[in-house]
Amino acid sequence: MAKLVGQPIKRVEDPRFIQGRGGYVTNITLPGMASVAIKRSPVAHARIVSIDASKAEALNGVIAVFTGKDLIDGGTGKLPCGWNVPNIKVPDRWAIQPVGDKVRHVGDAVAAVVAESPYIAQDALDLIEVQYEELPAVIGAKSAASNKTLVHDSVADNITYTWPLGDHAAVEQALAESDTVVTLDLTNQRLIPNAMETRAAVAQWNRYTEEMTLWTTSQNPHPIRLLLSAFTLGIPENKLRVISPDVGGGFGSKIFHYPEEIIVPWIARKIDRPCKWVATRSEASVTDSQGRDHVSTAKLGLKNDGTITGLFVETHADMGAYISTFAPLIPTAFYVCLLSGLYKIPSIYCNVVATMTNTVPVDAYRGAGRPEAAYLVERLMDLACRKLKMDPIAFRRHNFIKPSEFPYQTPVAMMYDSGNYDGLFDKAIASSGYHELIAKRDQARKEGKIAGVGIAGCIEASGPAPSKVAGALGSAVGFWESAVIRMHPTGKATLFTGAHSHGQGHETAFAQIISDELGIPMADVEVVHGDTGKVPFGMGTYGSRSLSVGGSAIVKAAEKVRTKMIKIAAHQLEAAVEDIVFDQSTGKAYVKGSPAKSKGTFDMTFAAYTAHNLPDGLEPGLEENSFYDPANFTFPNSCHIAYVEIDSGTGRVDLQQYCAVDDVGNVVNPMIVEGQITGGIAQGIGQALYEYGAYDSDGQPQSATFMDYAMPRADCFPMIHTDRTVTPSPHNPLGVKGAGEMGTIAATVTAANAVMDALAPMNISHLDMPLTPEKIWSAINKK
Amino acid sequence: MGQWVSITVNGKNYTREVEPRTLLASFLREDLGLTGTNIGCDSSQCGACTIHMDGMAVKSCTVLAVQAHGTVITTIEGMAVNGKLHPVQQAFWDQHGLQCGFCTPGMIMSISYMLAQHPNASELEIRHQLEGNICRCTGYQNIVKAAMQARDELHHEHHQHMQEQH
Repeated sequence: MAKLVGQPIKRVEDPRFIQGRGGYVTNITLPGMASVAIKRSPVAHARIVSIDASKAEALNGVIAVFTGKDLIDGGTGKLPCGWNVPNIKVPDRWAIQPVGDKVRHVGDAVAAVVAESPYIAQDALDLIEVQYEELPAVIGAKSAASNKTLVHDSVADNITYTWPLGDHAAVEQALAESDTVVTLDLTNQRLIPNAMETRAAVAQWNRYTEEMTLWTTSQNPHPIRLLLSAFTLGIPENKLRVISPDVGGGFGSKIFHYPEEIIVPWIARKIDRPCKWVATRSEASVTDSQGRDHVSTAKLGLKNDGTITGLFVETHADMGAYISTFAPLIPTAFYVCLLSGLYKIPSIYCNVVATMTNTVPVDAYRGAGRPEAAYLVERLMDLACRKLKMDPIAFRRHNFIKPSEFPYQTPVAMMYDSGNYDGLFDKAIASSGYHELIAKRDQARKEGKIAGVGIAGCIEASGPAPSKVAGALGSAVGFWESAVIRMHPTGKATLFTGAHSHGQGHETAFAQIISDELGIPMADVEVVHGDTGKVPFGMGTYGSRSLSVGGSAIVKAAEKVRTKMIKIAAHQLEAAVEDIVFDQSTGKAYVKGSPAKSKGTFDMTFAAYTAHNLPDGLEPGLEENSFYDPANFTFPNSCHIAYVEIDSGTGRVDLQQYCAVDDVGNVVNPMIVEGQITGGIAQGIGQALYEYGAYDSDGQPQSATFMDYAMPRADCFPMIHTDRTVTPSPHNPLGVKGAGEMGTIAATVTAANAVMDALAPMNISHLDMPLTPEKIWSAINKK
Repeated sequence: MGQWVSITVNGKNYTREVEPRTLLASFLREDLGLTGTNIGCDSSQCGACTIHMDGMAVKSCTVLAVQAHGTVITTIEGMAVNGKLHPVQQAFWDQHGLQCGFCTPGMIMSISYMLAQHPNASELEIRHQLEGNICRCTGYQNIVKAAMQARDELHHEHHQHMQEQH
């Protein structure tokens, strides 16, 4: 059997999706099921004076209306923070804000209706009368810190934490001794993740066994169960089953513990009926965690020969109205610790000031801190080149960490594992026809067009994380991953993985690995994920970790299965264990030199279960597990190159060519990797050119529907050319790095750099994203 | 206060009493259990709910079930015939045209209609025609490739069909 790892195997999950049989939470119907709808605040900041639900309760078909007090009195708890950086102030957050407390963003929950149908539940929402005492809204990551109004009385100056890292004095000295300093003030705008499936929850209470089952659109059902049990719902873990079946995209937004995961099961138990809630898109836009939203000032010190001497950064990060589950991780370890980019920077200092505002909470969105770091670093690199009149590639190469310098300790805590950045750029230059693009740009400019070439080289830390490191940085949980391989008596295998697939194709990629490890056909491998009732405790999927962490657990578990099969084969072939050869291409074990007389996978597994003829002391059965804790992050890196032309009459950007070369280490399924990179690039370009989760000064969201939020469409993109270099990660058994986020991390700044290169002849040095026609036209026309 | 509707869906006639305000998407999903038609937005933008009504691609979240009375509807569940995937479905599988799969049924319904209207659609025309369908996972690249594969396959099938007739 040919090796499957490395092959572009078509996805085994696709037949159900292309025939309309995706098993999403919203498709679940249970006998006697009632519908839940949530009454939400229409204002950004107000005290809840009173709620009158009598008219709603009187509506035919309404079962009950519940307020925040009902849930608190009924034993629900505050939503916790899972990442506690030093001295953080985590304000109270309830599933539903009680009367007397405040609503703190448009969309904050004030009541829940349960009714016989979703239509009736929606009708009832309109009949609930809420009296608000409106307060001024706190808006703006930076200005929040000087706003007299407090989002939470417990958070002075609206600052929930500050997070300084690096040697401030050394950086100041380096900047003072530099030949020149490049300064950049930037905003990294708010984004809305917008997975196509909105969040949903279905809960079923079993009155006989007192067990609760919750189906929820989560990227990580076990951590959700843990938080529900320990903090918010109070049903013990052994009586609570959380299932995340097919999930329609996540991009980070479905990592977190949301109020509806408390409200829906609480009501289901209260009324002793199954309950279902599905977010409308408008609801998703004001309740799903949002992304980015930094305001930064940066200074880069340089010598005249192009050597970088030091980097100073101050960033205000908007956390929104509450601290979402992992929010404090994003602008700290996932941002500050990536500010060294691909470069040797002798000293770096960054201070992060995290503020509370009357907006939807901010947490991880694809890339999560790392695109913000890459954007800041690579915009600075371009500005440095311009100031020093150096070629953007020569300048970057001059400052690269060299292959011989790995593992490389940056001044911002990360120890990079491997990389060959010159090789990466060589390939990207060849692959994109970079020099031809420059010639094309220059020719276009001669013809009076506005044209630009953008280049960026980016780093990512993926595959979180060594649990000890995560703990030291503030995590409340570990970041290992689990796998159980259950061999069935007939030689078939079921993998139970703690990773979760919501588009990543695990059912295919993981089966490829097991097929190679055990020498059985892919069709004989079933991949099970997303059900706490079936799989061992697992941490789920985010941070491009499934393969490097979860895949490593699979390899380790398979090794144990092989070891036991070899013991059985040795016994039955009357040979010593060390004389047995296990041929992974066929799944056959034989005595060295005698392949004709062999035991196949079926023979060995069947023998394990009959237990008629096992070596003394060997337990029957064949099921092995692994809990794999990674030794380090992995460090994917990339060079992306883009060519744009801008319509001088409208300011519209025409992205004509895009080439991406990424080093994501070894690859299990290149088709899936290419899909991940390309999809990630689209989201990066989306941020650069189109998307903005805007609020007005009253805290009213200005882009809370698909009519207003500029989701990229098919005609926003050219065919994207992707290519790869491979420097295997040295510390995981597959040699893989993350592939899920690199595209987004690199594309945001690559597209922005291309536009800014196009505008360079007009002496426009920087514009904030999104680079909309209006913004560009105004800059060109100095409006 | 129900109203009776009679609708043919995937070759089978259904007569049901519905509230007049029931959306066709809800009717298909809740009343008929055809959950392949997904709902991704509430503003007729995303196209996840696209179906064929009397041969035309429509967004079923923006049509009332009562408006569909007497029509012939095809949903994603009706695209494969006798276990054979429709060329657009096959192309989505071959080209890795889906990741999470949520937009996929609507994409397949839109593209199959588009190719019927524009059998020679170029890559750029395909991109423009997909304006009413949003995908967040793929960056559309492999969806466009799938549409081009299906276009070529449908040409081939048409050609074969013509030859058989001669």
